[in-house]
Amino acid sequence: MSAATPASRYDVLVIGAGHNGLVCAAYLARAGRKVLVLEAAAGVGGAAATHEFVPGFRVSSGAHLLHLMPESLARELALERHGLEFAATQLPTVALFRERAPLVLGPGAPSGLSGPDGAAYLEYRAMMARFGATLQPLFERAPPRLGTSALADRMGLLRLGWQIRRLGRPRMRELLRIGAMNVYDLLQEHFSDPGLQGALAFDAVLGTNFGPRSPGTVLTLLCRLAAQGASGAGGLMLPRGGLGAVSAALAGAVTAAGAEIRTSAPVARILVQDDRACGVCLRSGEQIGARSVVSSADPKSTLLGLLGAEHLDTGFVRRVHHLRSRGLSAKLHLALKGLPQFRAVPAAQQGGRLLIAPSMDYLERAFNSSKYGEYSASPAMEIIVPSLHDPALAPRGAQVLSAIVQYLPYQIGGGWDRGRQPCIETLIATLEDHAPGISSLVAGAELLTPQDIEQRFHIHGGHWHHGELAFDQFFMVRPVPGATQYSTPMAGLYLCGAGTHPGGGVMGYAGRNAARRILGLRRAA
Amino acid sequence: MNGNSLPFFQQPLLKTPFHERARALCQVDSFVPWAGYTTVDVFTTVEQEYFAIRNSATLYDLTPMVKYRISGPDALRYLNRLVTRDVARIRPGRVGYCVWCNDSGHLIDDGTIFCLAEGEYRLCTAERQLDWLLDSALGFVVQIEEVTEHIAALALQGPTSCAVLKRLGLSGIERLKPFDIGHFQSGADALMISRTGFTGDLGYELWMDPAAAETLWDALMAAGGTRGVRPIGSQALNMARIEAGFLLPKLDFVSAERTLRTGRDRSPLELGLAWLVDFGKGHFTGRRSLLQEQQRGATRQLVGLDIEGNKPAHHALLYAEHARDHEVGSVMSATWSPTCKRNIALAMLAAPHFRTGSTVWADIYLNRELVWERRIARAVVVERPFYAPERRRVTPPADF
Repeated sequence: MSAATPASRYDVLVIGAGHNGLVCAAYLARAGRKVLVLEAAAGVGGAAATHEFVPGFRVSSGAHLLHLMPESLARELALERHGLEFAATQLPTVALFRERAPLVLGPGAPSGLSGPDGAAYLEYRAMMARFGATLQPLFERAPPRLGTSALADRMGLLRLGWQIRRLGRPRMRELLRIGAMNVYDLLQEHFSDPGLQGALAFDAVLGTNFGPRSPGTVLTLLCRLAAQGASGAGGLMLPRGGLGAVSAALAGAVTAAGAEIRTSAPVARILVQDDRACGVCLRSGEQIGARSVVSSADPKSTLLGLLGAEHLDTGFVRRVHHLRSRGLSAKLHLALKGLPQFRAVPAAQQGGRLLIAPSMDYLERAFNSSKYGEYSASPAMEIIVPSLHDPALAPRGAQVLSAIVQYLPYQIGGGWDRGRQPCIETLIATLEDHAPGISSLVAGAELLTPQDIEQRFHIHGGHWHHGELAFDQFFMVRPVPGATQYSTPMAGLYLCGAGTHPGGGVMGYAGRNAARRILGLRRAA
Repeated sequence: MNGNSLPFFQQPLLKTPFHERARALCQVDSFVPWAGYTTVDVFTTVEQEYFAIRNSATLYDLTPMVKYRISGPDALRYLNRLVTRDVARIRPGRVGYCVWCNDSGHLIDDGTIFCLAEGEYRLCTAERQLDWLLDSALGFVVQIEEVTEHIAALALQGPTSCAVLKRLGLSGIERLKPFDIGHFQSGADALMISRTGFTGDLGYELWMDPAAAETLWDALMAAGGTRGVRPIGSQALNMARIEAGFLLPKLDFVSAERTLRTGRDRSPLELGLAWLVDFGKGHFTGRRSLLQEQQRGATRQLVGLDIEGNKPAHHALLYAEHARDHEVGSVMSATWSPTCKRNIALAMLAAPHFRTGSTVWADIYLNRELVWERRIARAVVVERPFYAPERRRVTPPADF
């Protein structure tokens, strides 16, 4: 720690210009705070960015669809005015199979389902949407703390109870029954079609370290549905220019609100004086003072890296250290010389969200390999060809394919340096099964393993939620006990990233909740 | 059958390097387990051993004391984050008493830090702490190694202890000040000696290679002569440490990592160890909780009691002076102090009864030939230590 601390030129420094950092900065600046956002990379967005991976080919670096950000946030920050446009909305989900026609699950009635599953699906979708809507208000505010006598905490718990009770007795019972279940059992109860089960289970395990049989997978599914329900009528949306366009619009909202953004300004450490965060020191050696520091980086990087264990208690450090934050999802980007043809998929749906998750057992087997430091020869994927809707992403006549791949371990036997090329070949071979001839179209490929995600986006462990979304790391104990409600044991230091409630995905709730919390604390002080 | 092949809960207690000598002298065959070792509770009679501590010199086998070697470039920063006092003030060649807490500011254990050289420390504790020490090392470049079995240790305590060491030929021993460390040669064996102890009297602790243990024991016993060297067990030591006002884990506090019931852990402020807590040195584990506790004010405190009569107030419940049905605390450790001729105890008392000079009532139970009797004795809160002879501090010590 330096003896002389720089003067507080800002009210708040925000570390990281990922979407949560930008959202937090925008709300703080709109409330009149003097805010500076510091970003290590040359551009804003963090993992919500668009990058060129082969000359002429651009793709969303991380998430590739927008469907979780609350409508109210986009409206409050006027993202459309700041340039956000959509190349496509209401994308259908198309489950691909080797031996049968694809199954199309869109906003309307499903196609490709036979027998009682068709009706059961509509009933299931309505029920889950209702449950999601019940839980969604939890996303809107800091979770209550347990074991305090504060009125706000008690009211928070009461509100939660009331929201669940309002479902009516049968639905409340059902929510409480399924809440902690695994998605495998839930979908077995509702459906007999393995293809439908696989497609629905995929949403529960996407971005997690879970297979469909893992406990807590109904919770992850409900979280996704809760956010999706509040994101407006657009459904699965494809921003024009990729997810980087969302970040660019957020950055526009930040600067319009009067805050500054500095890129290529990596923070080396958080400065502390008199047991209070008082600014940051950049890697260049420059020191910037502020009254508070908010980090959108993950909890481990923030607390153990930038702040340092010496400023924290041992028990707390132990909890942060044990936070499960290894990623298991990877991104595959292909530059294609021509249009891939997914077998039996109607032309209108080739640009949809294509799933390779033909059954829950297929997913579970793909997950099994990951437990032993391997990836499955039959991986699960979520694929889109964004250039079908947004031709500017690829040179004329060419296409870009973006896929989220489950499950690629952080570490594999033999290491990723040796394993990368064989893995890409396995993934292309899997695609070839569903889009014959695609391998001959490949002009370039990029694979982002969890390790690459860790290095490129500075996310410890490379998990897109900055920490597993599981019961023991959820809601009032997220990320860890002692750092809930966006605060940390260090006065003046807050968290606003995906590691906090309600987690990752391009939502922005964490950033907005953190800003509200900081503003509330300021008012109280 | 080889003991090491058994699961840990079936393994016999370990024997210290002094075990054979101790067994030969232990007339009443009274052994107790301590940190996985078997150690002597009483050699002859408690009274005989106690009076030896206060009148001649005594040998006490300290080997089971758990010892950690802590070294590396961050050793000092690491220790300062671990314990509540400022370790930077423990210079090379010095020893410091310290305590460490969990996040909520409750005591995990107490111990002594030996600064052997810059960046080279030894931490001695009553109980095993490796788990906590390693977790505390996250983020620090420091090596932590348990060295308990590699070091044999003896406490030589009592007014004639310096004279005995001089008779052993350790020239310069008299120059050692309290909490100093010195290095000596006894015959062929290297010996590290610290002027420390658990009796509150003049005394030393001797640290050596286990291979040299028996030779040194024999040399010390022979060097005693008219100065009188006698081995003692834990019971006599316990009387002396209560007189000196020292705390013992499990008796005066339970490690916060081991309490099961809420409210059973204790903070250093409650244990009367506020002098060990340095809020100004920078962050340490438990600091924020302790600051809050300090601002709230203590709700209870460990204090010394002077109790009327001569019946030790073992485990006695304590009642308010003017409301004898109002329980305000209980006795942790108690003994009749033969040297002070006082009936003394360490007790935990609720506010405001812990103020020095306050009076409470002790409810003492006595078993007299299998008939239980009850005494309600007046007890006054007094300053600790109960017994602090000037000779414990004088350098060079007088030639008793």
